[in-house]
Amino acid sequence: MELLIEYLSYPFVRYAIIVGVLIAFCSSLLGVTLVLKRMSYIGDGLSHVAFGALAIASVLKITNNTLIILPVTVLAAILLLAFGKNAAIKGDAAIAMLSVGSLAFGYLLMNKFSTASNLAGDVCSTLFGSTSILTLSKESVLLCFILSIFVVVVFILFYNKIFAVTFDETFAKATGVRTGMYNLLIAVIIAVIIVLAMNLVGSLLISALVIFPAMASMRVFKSFKAVTVSSAVFSVFCALAGIIISIIAGTPTGATIVACDAVMFGLFCVVGAIRQ
Amino acid sequence: MALISAKDLTIGYSDLVLYRDLSFDINEGDYVFVIGENGTGKTTLMRTLLGLRKPLNGEVVTDGLKLSEIGYLPQQTVVQRDFPASVKEIVLSGFVGRLGFKPFYTGKQKKTALEAMKRFGVDDLASRCYRDLSGGQQQRVLLARTLCAATKVLLMDEPVAGLDPFVTEEFYGLVEKLNREGMTIIMISHDIAAAKKYASHILHIKNDPRFVEKNEYFASGEGNEFSILAENGEG
Ligand SMILES: Nc1ncnc2c1ncn2[C@@H]1O[C@H](COP(=O)(O)OP(=O)(O)OP(=O)(O)O)[C@@H](O)[C@H]1O
Ligand SMILES: [Mg+2]
Repeated sequence: MELLIEYLSYPFVRYAIIVGVLIAFCSSLLGVTLVLKRMSYIGDGLSHVAFGALAIASVLKITNNTLIILPVTVLAAILLLAFGKNAAIKGDAAIAMLSVGSLAFGYLLMNKFSTASNLAGDVCSTLFGSTSILTLSKESVLLCFILSIFVVVVFILFYNKIFAVTFDETFAKATGVRTGMYNLLIAVIIAVIIVLAMNLVGSLLISALVIFPAMASMRVFKSFKAVTVSSAVFSVFCALAGIIISIIAGTPTGATIVACDAVMFGLFCVVGAIRQ
Repeated sequence: MALISAKDLTIGYSDLVLYRDLSFDINEGDYVFVIGENGTGKTTLMRTLLGLRKPLNGEVVTDGLKLSEIGYLPQQTVVQRDFPASVKEIVLSGFVGRLGFKPFYTGKQKKTALEAMKRFGVDDLASRCYRDLSGGQQQRVLLARTLCAATKVLLMDEPVAGLDPFVTEEFYGLVEKLNREGMTIIMISHDIAAAKKYASHILHIKNDPRFVEKNEYFASGEGNEFSILAENGEG
């Protein structure tokens, strides 16, 4: 406890917590849409692409690597969406190829060109998140902050359209909604969320951050709005708990957060079962 | 010019032509029943009229009709089993085409949605989860949504499927009233008795489809035959 209070007196710790909570908040918002549109595997594929991009950025020694990762991931999201429509190339196979390919190339690049002394540690921290988000630079904190706000604002402005496109795309299209545009918007937001979440939990654990809150809330709540709100609260709570526990116990932040998500998911399952 | 005109439509799928050279004009205020056997291409035609798919040949021309003025009831709404959506949220989403760049629904739209729910007797289910409703209740919710979307044209694909006799009667009454107020109705249905009673035009889909006025259709030998067949099949 004392340790925690001591930590909290440092401004960078407080920033990290704020950023962590914001990222958790954003990544929960589109969870329902992703799960129900069967796009969750896109999220998974994209996170591996983001890893590949990160490897390139670190080889090129670019200090603010988000500037590379973000455009690459957004582009990959748009490509995957286009592939998904094209029946000739199976959507999920395309995603599998892209994601495994980026993982392999990413690791190859890091292995061959990285000058860091602790390569295994480097790779590990990009896959599972840095041991602590406290190591984020000031610029990345600011960037995270801006991107999170962007995601939240876009989500609120397009909430009703996202609902309609998720629930019944045919109807939405027939009554004049430009569904293609909104699918694209959803893909771009996912890409942004993934780049954000990579800072918090690393590229392998991102899906957990997106899917756990939505899956848990869907077991208990019955309307889209209630599920969305519950996901957000769920995610923020777990992120907060995870970060604090990781500070006290000295565990890796990303893994701790995801572990909290998993435990809470179990709890929601029990509540859902009782309610039935 | 007609509200919706089909010009030399060839309808089908890449390796399957269902019928060729279908032309017709639907004018404002028409009440069209689309009839025909299973698998003849009624749903495919409706999806083509809506621009959801391209015809193999020919074109659909509309005059002064925006997509956001159309209400559409699909034959099957493939909603994933787990979708968490309340009845209210779904009915309200009928207005989504008219949102444009506005992010939220207006108070007036919320009121209209409530009226639509009342009309189909699902207002007391407003906060229930759609996936927990019976098939007929789900159909009524989707009808209420369609009603919210439609200001000029109602396109419905087998709207009475799954409705009980009372709700069916009420439904036809409601549609008739809307039609009298100027709404154009295009309805796919196997209910020949209702077609006889309410339609202004019949579009009979088969190998060579026909679009004719109701009286002319039922007076013709072919129309007579089909309706007797259909009614016997039903009873
Ligand atoms: N996606 C598709 N690809 C290829 N063929 C299709 C497709 N969808 C439908 N068909 C075929 O096109 C034909 C017309 O289908 P459609 O759904 O339009 O029939 P329908 O007249 O609405 O029948 P019902 O009365 O049973 O609803 C059918 O023979 C069907 O097998
Ligand atoms: Mg059909």
